[in-house]
Amino acid sequence: MGTASSTLTQYDIEDVQEHCNNLFSQQEIVSLYKRFCQLDRSAKGFISADEFLSVPEFAMNPLSQRLLKMVDGLNFKDFVIFLSAFNPKASTPQKIELIFKVYDSDYNGKVSFQDIMEVLRDLSGSFMSDKQIEEVLIKVLEEAGYSKDSSLLLGDFVKILDHPGLKMEVEVPVD
Amino acid sequence: MSKLKSSDMELDFDRPNIEDYLSTDSIQEPSGKLRLRDLLDISPTLTEAGGAIVDASILSLSGDSFTRCFKSNPPEPWNWNVYLFPLWCLGVVVRYGILFPVRVLILTLGWMIFLSCYIPVHLLLKGHDKLRKKLERGLVELLCSFFVASWTGVVKYHGPRPSARPKQVFVANHTSMIDFIILEQMTAFAVIMQKHPGWVGLVQSTILESVGCIWFNRSEAKDREVVARKLREHVEGPDNNPLLIFPEGTCVNNHYTVMFKKGVFELGSTICPIAIKYNKIFVDAFWNSKKQSFTTHLLQLMTSWAVVCDVWYLEPQNMKPGETPIEFAERVREIISARAGIKKVPWDGYLKYSRPSPIHRERKQQAFAESVLRRLEDK
Repeated sequence: MGTASSTLTQYDIEDVQEHCNNLFSQQEIVSLYKRFCQLDRSAKGFISADEFLSVPEFAMNPLSQRLLKMVDGLNFKDFVIFLSAFNPKASTPQKIELIFKVYDSDYNGKVSFQDIMEVLRDLSGSFMSDKQIEEVLIKVLEEAGYSKDSSLLLGDFVKILDHPGLKMEVEVPVD
Repeated sequence: MSKLKSSDMELDFDRPNIEDYLSTDSIQEPSGKLRLRDLLDISPTLTEAGGAIVDASILSLSGDSFTRCFKSNPPEPWNWNVYLFPLWCLGVVVRYGILFPVRVLILTLGWMIFLSCYIPVHLLLKGHDKLRKKLERGLVELLCSFFVASWTGVVKYHGPRPSARPKQVFVANHTSMIDFIILEQMTAFAVIMQKHPGWVGLVQSTILESVGCIWFNRSEAKDREVVARKLREHVEGPDNNPLLIFPEGTCVNNHYTVMFKKGVFELGSTICPIAIKYNKIFVDAFWNSKKQSFTTHLLQLMTSWAVVCDVWYLEPQNMKPGETPIEFAERVREIISARAGIKKVPWDGYLKYSRPSPIHRERKQQAFAESVLRRLEDK
């Protein structure tokens, strides 16, 4: 299923389901495939950055550029695997892992002070100066026992973010 | 995909605060002392992005995303079994083999009659403007009736047509260019339209000129001032045909209305709303201009059984004291949507043609920044 075919076979569905650890039902996978084909207008087998940006709600998201780096060029199977973090049945560590990957833009397994600064810049736009962001970040880092030079690993993220209030759930519309 | 030009940004000062529509309930207003966890937790923003990617319904209070307004939903195939399939085949034969040629004949006849009357009238009565205009109006109405007949248009008109008064503008929801034809067969309106290429453009520049038409070009930002001026001039001219405007600015699939552009609501005229609803059982009248040309669209209509629709002429509205043009526009949109039984969504139709402006992102960023700075103060 490397290139887009307009039909999704039962075998493909089961294959994708297996790869996302059965988080999505077969109906949801079919629904996601319809959505994938709707976005992949030129039927290339992957969705380009431009095609993602044609969804207005995505384009206006402050983290759209960072997310684009992660989703640009994904084939359908990887698209579903990416979205599985949003499944209500996904574990909290799996969700935190997605959050970690958004911060860790160079994929070196470490999130530095600079990485966090960049995300905060995206989120606050022109409404907070770099100085303000730095001050706030240093303050909360120190209160949590880290310093400006600390590099946070996935384990740190899990420790910091794992709490029952963390919700990152999207329901796949099924016709 | 064209890049967002700076001229496109002028489009957004039209619309009311979208944040009023977008649900902030999904993002709980955080409070209390700011901790590292709060700063790092980007899950709400990611959830919005994820929802956008899968087209989930969490994104707006009305529960419908932008792309749904322009989706043509093909009806469930009903010809799937051994009894229904031959019936369907028979239907195809009747539609393409009998109805279509008859309709083409009717349309050709209509054009012939129209042209043979219009051209002489237009050339010979140059001096007698009032009479000429009256005849041309009647001829255009006639031609539109022929068009409607060529799709076996069954149009039910409801409500008293408002009598012609000065400073009156008619507004309607927009599904296809045939909206114009259906309304025009009853009353020769003047319209404001996007200039189209091909034969449609030719018709626009010749015949429609005679009923009075204002052209615009969506991609020209400066165009808006020019158009606003032309609108004002037209409405104030006593001899001009009543103006018909589709304030959505684009064709929508007749299940939703997108936001009305405020331009016509600022003129200080009486607004006469018209609601149009097509019956999808017979044909889906939505013209997806990105997917098919107008010619293809017409051919599709001419090979269907019928175009059945309801047209409601609604009570004329005036701007209430203390109401802004945007509020007025939304109030009229509510009247039309309620009458036609379709949903309102908070999207700007022009998003079909250009990217959303940075303003939306900026509003989110501002909310985030203010929340962080505020909580920093909390001890």
